[in-house]
Amino acid sequence: MSATSSTDTELAARAVNVHKVYGTGDAQVAALRGVDVDLRRGQFTAIMGPSGSGKSTLMHCLAGLDTVSEGDVYVADMKVNGMSDKELTALRRDRIGFIFQQFNLLPMLTAEENILLPLAIAGRKPSPEWLAKVIETVGLSDRLGHRPTELSGGQQQRVACARALVSQPEVIFADEPTGNLDSRAGAEVLKFLRDSVRTLGQTIVMVTHDPNAASYADRVVFFADGHVVSEITEPTADAVLDMMKKIDTLEKVA
Amino acid sequence: MFKATLKSVLSRKLRLLLSGLAVVLGVTFVSGAFVLQDTLGRSFDAQFAGAYDDIDLQVAAKARVSGSAGDAASAPVGLDAATVRRVADVPGVGKADGDIRVEGARALGKDGKVVPSTGGPRYGKGWTGETSLLALRKGHAPAKPDEVAINAGLAEKGHFSVGDSIGVLTGQPKRSFTVAGIFGYSGDRDSIGGEQTVAFTEPVARELMLGHNGQYSAISVDLASGAKSATVKAALKKELGSGFEVRTGEELSKASADRSREILDLVTQVLLGFAAVAVLVGVFLIINTFSIIIAQRMRELALLRALGASRRQMIGSVLLESLVIGLVAAVIGLGLGVGLGALGASLLAGTIKGLEVADLAVPANAVVVSLVVGVGVTMLAALFPALRAAKVAPIAVIRSAVAPDRKHRKQTWTGSVLLVLGAALLVMGLAGSGDAAMSAVLPGVLLTFIGVTLLTPLISRPAVWLLGGLFSRSLPGQLGRRNSARNPRRTAITASALMIGVALVTTLSTVAASAKDSVNNEISDKLKSQLVAMGDSGDSMSASIDPAALRQARGVDGVEAVAAASFDTAKVGKDTQSVSSWEDWGAARGMLSLRAEAGSIDELAPGSVLMNKATAKDRDLKVGDKVTVQLQRGEPRSYRLAGTFEDMALANSVVIPWADATEGFRNAQPSQAFFELAADASVASVQPGIEKALRDSPEVTVQSKDAIAQKFNDGFDMMLNLVQALLAVAMIIAVLGIVNTLALSVMERTKELGALRAIGLGRGQTIRMIMTESVVISLFGAVLGVVVGAGLGLAVAHSMRSQGVNTLSLPWSLMAVYLVGAAIVGALASLGPARRGARLNVLRAVTQE
Repeated sequence: MSATSSTDTELAARAVNVHKVYGTGDAQVAALRGVDVDLRRGQFTAIMGPSGSGKSTLMHCLAGLDTVSEGDVYVADMKVNGMSDKELTALRRDRIGFIFQQFNLLPMLTAEENILLPLAIAGRKPSPEWLAKVIETVGLSDRLGHRPTELSGGQQQRVACARALVSQPEVIFADEPTGNLDSRAGAEVLKFLRDSVRTLGQTIVMVTHDPNAASYADRVVFFADGHVVSEITEPTADAVLDMMKKIDTLEKVA
Repeated sequence: MFKATLKSVLSRKLRLLLSGLAVVLGVTFVSGAFVLQDTLGRSFDAQFAGAYDDIDLQVAAKARVSGSAGDAASAPVGLDAATVRRVADVPGVGKADGDIRVEGARALGKDGKVVPSTGGPRYGKGWTGETSLLALRKGHAPAKPDEVAINAGLAEKGHFSVGDSIGVLTGQPKRSFTVAGIFGYSGDRDSIGGEQTVAFTEPVARELMLGHNGQYSAISVDLASGAKSATVKAALKKELGSGFEVRTGEELSKASADRSREILDLVTQVLLGFAAVAVLVGVFLIINTFSIIIAQRMRELALLRALGASRRQMIGSVLLESLVIGLVAAVIGLGLGVGLGALGASLLAGTIKGLEVADLAVPANAVVVSLVVGVGVTMLAALFPALRAAKVAPIAVIRSAVAPDRKHRKQTWTGSVLLVLGAALLVMGLAGSGDAAMSAVLPGVLLTFIGVTLLTPLISRPAVWLLGGLFSRSLPGQLGRRNSARNPRRTAITASALMIGVALVTTLSTVAASAKDSVNNEISDKLKSQLVAMGDSGDSMSASIDPAALRQARGVDGVEAVAAASFDTAKVGKDTQSVSSWEDWGAARGMLSLRAEAGSIDELAPGSVLMNKATAKDRDLKVGDKVTVQLQRGEPRSYRLAGTFEDMALANSVVIPWADATEGFRNAQPSQAFFELAADASVASVQPGIEKALRDSPEVTVQSKDAIAQKFNDGFDMMLNLVQALLAVAMIIAVLGIVNTLALSVMERTKELGALRAIGLGRGQTIRMIMTESVVISLFGAVLGVVVGAGLGLAVAHSMRSQGVNTLSLPWSLMAVYLVGAAIVGALASLGPARRGARLNVLRAVTQE
């Protein structure tokens, strides 16, 4: 099933017939078997699927962290596959934001310094209004001087979100951002991600296996066995859960 | 999983090997020193074996002054014919013959200069015929006063053949002789222990070598048939009393061999010094490596504890690991040391005429010491981390293994106490005098180092922060700066390894700089003589100037005044120390700009002495006090301290009246002369005239003031070069430490590096970040070292006032070089880990659990 449905100018990222194979010969494992996905600007997309379905692999390929075996991936209108390390570094620095499951903040920097890090790496100055807006959105204005070890998990992840937002990237990739958080802190982060899409116009792609998390997205793309198998727009947690069950049964039948 | 485990074990092995390398180096130097000493020692023994076979017993008078230079530098005390008869009358003595054999006959080569040394002493002896040891090879025995025989070694070195003319310097000015014969020794030896011997006829030897002080320098005794050596020796001792020494031929051989071995001592000390530095720095490396490994294995260790392993077992397992590393390092070091010793032995032996290098052997003590040092040091260093490993709580299996950086209050206390103790010992050692005081210095230095090291974590965060400011303009620099401040303890111990090497070298450089400046200042500010005649070796006692030639030089056009000096060692009160005497004290006082500190130094009347302020203070003497001086010759004399003068390196000593010096000094001829020129005379116009007058005193050269200063500087520079080599050894080891720490940090921060790369940090930036961390750590170590070293150096230099170090100077340029060197070393050390950090697979790094 194809999830392609928009024109190029509205796309933040795109995968065209992407295959990803690990290993060689008999030990070959195909993680992606011809995936086509369009990710629209200003949308919060969740990618769902059971473990091993290829959802994380796709995200890694889209972000230029992993290479594709076949097919093409684009961020905005730039072809990611075939880029040199230098180009990839620039791409990640200027066009992509990341939110990791394990936060991955630098322990020796304060929250504010962590937030500003991508700009510092790029040698850019933050625009004060934007920075103020981002900080206000994450709700950490009284915590800016703290080190990550002095923050709770939810606060750390919100710092990580702000770090991804601050450089106004083309697209933010979030890999199980609530995987390490309790449900309350998780809900806070998800609400914040949704707000940043709605109020700041950010594009976010989130990989998750939690139906509740996926329900915060504008659109959910379902993965199974290296394919896109379905998608829902304006999802509710129940709808996502139903779809998951359906895919599960389909797979078992197949 | 298996692969990952294997990989981690292997990478740990590599790291352990790196830290073991310091131990390898240390053991190499230690065992090298032992092998060198053993091999050359046996070579010397073989050389002197049979050298005194023709002597059953030898009787000699004890030297009047036996100073630090050993008996060799002491003037012989002559024996008279009556003593020979007394010896002959002792029961068991078959025959007693007086001999003359005294050090100090310097043969002049065909170029008019002293024939270069062949590694041994230069003897002048009275010819007493061939013996079982000594036989003429060419020509005949010296029969006339102007004839000499020389040994084959000297003949070869000076290109002499029978019939040639040869000049000889002795206690008297140059005399010319004809080479009548050339002799060699049994076993086809040209020389024994590189000695050079000129054999005069007996009366000439008596005049030149003994200066008519007695008839003989020693008495050779042949035992009567059936008499026992030990019995006769005891009888002789009883008959002659305590003023004499009675030795068997064997003892004489051993004494000669031992004297030759003395040159080994310096080499051995240098090697042991290197070993000490390597081991000291190595200890830090090992502590650090084990600490880090244990921190990384926290969970594993906690699991072991949770499964029921006892603390003792935990300590045991760490110590076992260190035992293995120490053992391996010791064995490798021993192997390398044998090579180093063999190489050193053959190089040294090459400088000594006719010395056959004994077969290489590994002495048992080398093996024992290598193992003890290698294993002992490694295990000792591993003990602290082992104790920490045992403290890991089983709960750490579940909890995060990363313990917050505790406040090390205990460590701070211990560090402070040790530092104070070390400083106290230093003050005590430096303020006092004598060996007891000096022996307090070394532990003082050691304690100071350990104290500083323990306190380093305390200052490392702010210090690193400040130093890192140098790099904070770029983002990678800022990140590197922060990284280096993250683990103060690890940073501190890594930096300490570098600190020790830099501190030691800075200490020595500071002392050298102070000594150098003191001499330079004196020469440029105070010395009024524009020309100086002195020996080429820095040793003031080894040269001599013909007094007649000096009188001639005084007559050279443009020479205003001449001050000639002679130097010697003597017993002043109870201590052996340098004494000097000036032929014209008034001229000397003016030329050296000496100023009285107490009493009067205007004149040096008979029965009085003068000395510099520091010497008087050391001896606890005040103007007017009586002091007994035993010179090399004659009976002790009592003097009155007439005055003291302000310290000055060129003049610091006890000044004896000239008349007493000519009688009592070992060499009655002056060894230095200072020339003051007339106002209208130039150096260039006067120098040739003085040189011409002194042409038969080839041991001294006439030099300008600047050249003299330069010569002193060269001497210090040579010492400094040796010191730099020491630094190189310390640096190599410290680099290993930095590489180790960085590699571990990079590994520990894999995820962090991955995240940084993921959000856009470039490879170049990553490398710069890690490099900054490395440079900041090394700079920290170097700054600490420079500061501690400068402090120690100034303290040591200050304590050397009595030796004429009256200017305290810091070697700024060298200190800057050490800092820059440390920065470069830090950058180099980071190359490997930085590359690894930059090559990191970003995806794997960020997704790592």
